[in-house]
Amino acid sequence: MPINTTQVPAHAGARGHSASASLQSWLPRLVLAPSVAISLFFVYGFMIWTFVLSLTNSRMLPSYHFVGFGQYARLMANERWWVAASNLAIFGGLFIAICLVIGAGLAILLDQRIRQEGTLRTLYLYPMALSFIVTGVVWKWLLNPGLGIQAMVRSWGFDNFTFDWLVQPEMAVYTLVIAAVWQASGFVMALFLAGLRGIDDEIIKAAQLDGASLPRIYRRVILPCLRPVVFSAVMILSHIAIKSFDLVVALTGGGPGYSSDLPATFMYAHAFTRAQIGLGSASAMLMLGGVLAILVPYLYSELRSKRDV
Amino acid sequence: MSDAMSRGQVIRRQTPAAKALRGLLYAVLIVAAVAYLMPLVVMLLTSIKPLAEITPGNLLALPRSPTVEPWAKAWGEACTGMRCEGVGGYFWNSFAIVIPAVIISTLVGALNGYALTKWRFKGSNLVFAMMLFGCFIPFQVVLLPMAQTLGWLGLASSRSGLVLVHVVFGIAFTTLFFRNFYVGIPDELVNAAKLDGAGFFRIFWRILLPVSAPIIVVSVIWQFTQIWNDFLFGVAFSGHDTQPVTVALNNLVNTSTGAKEYNVDMAAAMIAALPTLVVYVLAGKYFVRGLTAGSVKG
Amino acid sequence: MSALEIHQLHKSFGSTHVLKDVNISIASGEFLILVGPSGCGKSTLMNAIAGLEPITSGEIRIGGEDVTWRTPAERDIAMVFQSYALYPSMTVRGNIAFGLEMRKIPKAEREAAVQRVADLLQISHLLDRKPSQLSGGQRQRVAMGRALAREPQIYLFDEPLSNLDAKLRVEMRTEIKKLHQRLGTTIVYVTHDQIEAMTLADRIAVMRDGQVQQLGTPDEIYNNPVNVFVAGFMGSPAMNFVDAVLEGGRGNYALRISTPGQEDLVLPWPAERDTDALASCVGQKMLLGLRPEHFSEAVGHSGAGTAMAAVIGVVEPTGADVLINLPLGEGEVTARVGPDCHARPGERLELQVDMRRAVLFDPQREVRLA
Repeated sequence: MPINTTQVPAHAGARGHSASASLQSWLPRLVLAPSVAISLFFVYGFMIWTFVLSLTNSRMLPSYHFVGFGQYARLMANERWWVAASNLAIFGGLFIAICLVIGAGLAILLDQRIRQEGTLRTLYLYPMALSFIVTGVVWKWLLNPGLGIQAMVRSWGFDNFTFDWLVQPEMAVYTLVIAAVWQASGFVMALFLAGLRGIDDEIIKAAQLDGASLPRIYRRVILPCLRPVVFSAVMILSHIAIKSFDLVVALTGGGPGYSSDLPATFMYAHAFTRAQIGLGSASAMLMLGGVLAILVPYLYSELRSKRDV
Repeated sequence: MSDAMSRGQVIRRQTPAAKALRGLLYAVLIVAAVAYLMPLVVMLLTSIKPLAEITPGNLLALPRSPTVEPWAKAWGEACTGMRCEGVGGYFWNSFAIVIPAVIISTLVGALNGYALTKWRFKGSNLVFAMMLFGCFIPFQVVLLPMAQTLGWLGLASSRSGLVLVHVVFGIAFTTLFFRNFYVGIPDELVNAAKLDGAGFFRIFWRILLPVSAPIIVVSVIWQFTQIWNDFLFGVAFSGHDTQPVTVALNNLVNTSTGAKEYNVDMAAAMIAALPTLVVYVLAGKYFVRGLTAGSVKG
Repeated sequence: MSALEIHQLHKSFGSTHVLKDVNISIASGEFLILVGPSGCGKSTLMNAIAGLEPITSGEIRIGGEDVTWRTPAERDIAMVFQSYALYPSMTVRGNIAFGLEMRKIPKAEREAAVQRVADLLQISHLLDRKPSQLSGGQRQRVAMGRALAREPQIYLFDEPLSNLDAKLRVEMRTEIKKLHQRLGTTIVYVTHDQIEAMTLADRIAVMRDGQVQQLGTPDEIYNNPVNVFVAGFMGSPAMNFVDAVLEGGRGNYALRISTPGQEDLVLPWPAERDTDALASCVGQKMLLGLRPEHFSEAVGHSGAGTAMAAVIGVVEPTGADVLINLPLGEGEVTARVGPDCHARPGERLELQVDMRRAVLFDPQREVRLA
């Protein structure tokens, strides 16, 4: 049953492709074209656009009066920016470190043939399904000195117990850490657990036959295998940290004062409510720079290892 | 994540010390579970307490006279900024934004992943890398141009505008999911269909799509939670009538007219959290798979 | 008219040439096997025939028509894949009928075709199952059924038996041979298994590094290999290659083999197998190719072969015969002797070498001399 429906002359077209052969080779590109265009315009175009705005004196509305790197100079001289930046360092560093420790710890404990493992896993992970706004609202309530945990512990008779970080300018940023760790550490646990389950069982059997104790097997054999997991967990967590906006808005509102601002809230406040579009754009570009500094080495190694496969 | 395998499957004497250690292990795990659960429990308890029980009472105290009053108020009467209509309307707003955005971005991602893996062409890897980058940018960098573009398109402060934004920035993720899934489907299957005479769309529709159920679920759940939980785009690009529920919740909590009604705040938070929690409970396996397989959190 | 003609086909990825000047022509009803080690280009060649991979230059004609730039669908070929590539979401019936459906064959005809191949392959009882409910052998049959239903001009088989266990593989091999004899189909079949190649093929193309080394009948390939590669690739256990010095002159050449610690062995070359190429090689080192079955146990009588003796290294009984390793020249050779040989390691064994079937190669260029 031959189907030669398209009896094209043997050498039609540039290289003699049959009509349907040419169409077939162009269809995939045609299908991808809208997405590529979207990506070019909305991602790359907008990045350039924001960069251009950061070189102007735009305030309430975008203007295209260029002032060079003046906005960046203003940013560097802005005390509130430095508070936001150093808050990000504190918040990001603690958030990542604590999430890794708790996540890895829970994963290892869960990996000991635990009954009801599925239930426990579900409980550790559910905060990840919530919006940071919900997380912020809940923890704002829990950390409220008059009504939350402090009040509860005091009502148990510990009259001098104090836990009022939310209203202490120098401590407010740590409340962000608490809430963010609660939300994301279960996810890190899931990453580690998946990594642990992915390790070749025979390696562990071999170590057991070599007479290694369980803690030693974890330290010497298993954890070194989990380096890629640590790597991608750090990637994802630092990404969450840099972009953290909703949590700050809902939990501390950047306050007291602007003591718990992060770059993301700084950017939003200046670009949208304080009519400082130029300055806001400059801060957005610095955030992008921060992400790129982490991302480029990661993507490079990812793509290279994919090519090896 | 399979439950099939565990470590430590060696013969071990059940000494008293080993038993004690095992008890300790369970104790630690249970304490941790309680700690994770506590905020949700407090949120739920507070949301069904009358205001009178809250101020003097204890966070974890059970309500003496439980009431659904705060939920009703949060849904229909509470003030979110200037208006006092509760979060109910905004809850449906969120659905009106989420549903089209999830469907469109998943469909586009599926086609992209298919074209990128089964019809490779010169530069297709570059195209993928270029699109992948969209998963990683901090969205602050697109906020201002997006606001202006939406204005030009006549979509400022509209639900359609938010759908567009979520589709545009969701495609990178859905493409990643489908690409990684389709890479694992043998090329021979597509080659067989080509020889059988099927073309680009026919192969997608008849061969690939019927086996894509797992990744469609992952993509839908991921997009659903991402868009439902979004706040940044919502607060930047929505109008009074078109706010998603996260924005309304934040407004409700920060509205300072009259006495602070913490029970209503918590009820509103529960309302905003419920859809994603339900999805998580029903399809947690796929939720985890999306988080770990995509391995990126936007 | 040839069923398939491949003319000066080249394919390269950047600067790597995966196919170099391939010329093959097969007649209608012929069974051609492409064989070679992995990476030799045999699968690429098959994909080029199918239209699944574009070629760099050359021409492919099917049934006399130039199909070089046509899509796979327009070439009227069917393929059986190594992984079977059954559509997982369709039943067996759906799998077999899919190609016909795509070609807009009416439903009744499709049904008839499905029934025909199902009877032929004895899979009628499986028609409503999904591929995941089938065993490996059953999947293999369905994959063949899918190809047969289409009745294309050419069938392509890409290592179709390599995912089956050993016993099933032999059964299916016989079945494929029977089908071919019964239906007279034109088949191009890729394998790396030289036994499959020998048993199934009308002709074999041995490939290496993107080039066809030799194209010929199984008998030609086995008994008259053109070079060391073909000689060494076909046959199991492989042909023994022994360094030997050519002595004498036309009509009475002989090969001298020096084994350390032993007397030199001189094997006279049969005069009727002299070639002109040998004349210029006297006194030079040659590569003598002896298949294991060219050795035989010397049991009293003096047969056609030349006598030799050596101390046995390893004895490997296979049931049907016995493989014996012995030192010869710089290395060891394997001899295949009858199953009633009870020689033990360390013993001295008398053997005969059948020089009428031995082959001689140039050790540098690795090409056949005689």
